[in-house]
Amino acid sequence: MDKATHDLHDSYQQMVKVATPKPNYVKNIALAFLAGGGICVIGQLVYNLVDPVEPTSAETAAITLATMIALGALATGLGVYDWLAERVGMGAAVPITGFSNTVTAAAMEFKREGYLLGMGAKMFVIAGPVLVYGILSGFAITLLRAVFTGMLF
Amino acid sequence: MDYLKAFLVGGAICAIAQIIHDNTELSPAHILVGLVMVGAVLGGLGVYDLLVDFAGAGALVPVSGFGNAIVNGMLNEVKRLGWEGLFTGAFEITGLGVTTAIIFGALMAVLFRPKG
Repeated sequence: MDKATHDLHDSYQQMVKVATPKPNYVKNIALAFLAGGGICVIGQLVYNLVDPVEPTSAETAAITLATMIALGALATGLGVYDWLAERVGMGAAVPITGFSNTVTAAAMEFKREGYLLGMGAKMFVIAGPVLVYGILSGFAITLLRAVFTGMLF
Repeated sequence: MDYLKAFLVGGAICAIAQIIHDNTELSPAHILVGLVMVGAVLGGLGVYDLLVDFAGAGALVPVSGFGNAIVNGMLNEVKRLGWEGLFTGAFEITGLGVTTAIIFGALMAVLFRPKG
């Protein structure tokens, strides 16, 4: 390789380096923001419908979460959610609909291994860690708070 | 206005997760577990409910809100029952959603085949 080709090669590599990763990076964040925000707007719609009927904010929160989970499962069954998740990344994974998506997708996928040891055993193969570590960390922090604020003793 | 706040805060939490995903070796599963733990700890400190007051579903719907809901359920049950509440509370608020996930997940598995 002579010097001119070498320089050309280098400057091309430089162009590639500058041109490729950054737009994807910005695009990924923008898509995650828009999709995640959009899903939360649907959640807010549910919340505003439920809020006047339910006596406590805890019940409103519970029903909002459950409704989003049901919608996420339906969208997964129809194949819509996986189409979305491929495009918006964490924008579809982070909302609770994504939690529901992992449960339903695992149930559909492992059904072929049987209803008991396939679907039954592997439904929470991805969602399980979220439950386990949510409860472990929740238990620890609630215990600390209950002890320090005198709720227990 | 509450829709705009939900959009901005919910979108921001997802964007932060995307930034972590694109700049580290962490898998989506690790990020989701991290988020639910952050939500639980901020819930225990009483901070997350301030975000819920401000952003509504923008704070409730991301998986960090699920962690907060676990802690709020435990705190409610500790007030009601004492120490037993630490063990019964995890599903007080989230149980409705977890059971919904199981019932709808099973229903979808019976009705639909995965594509490809």
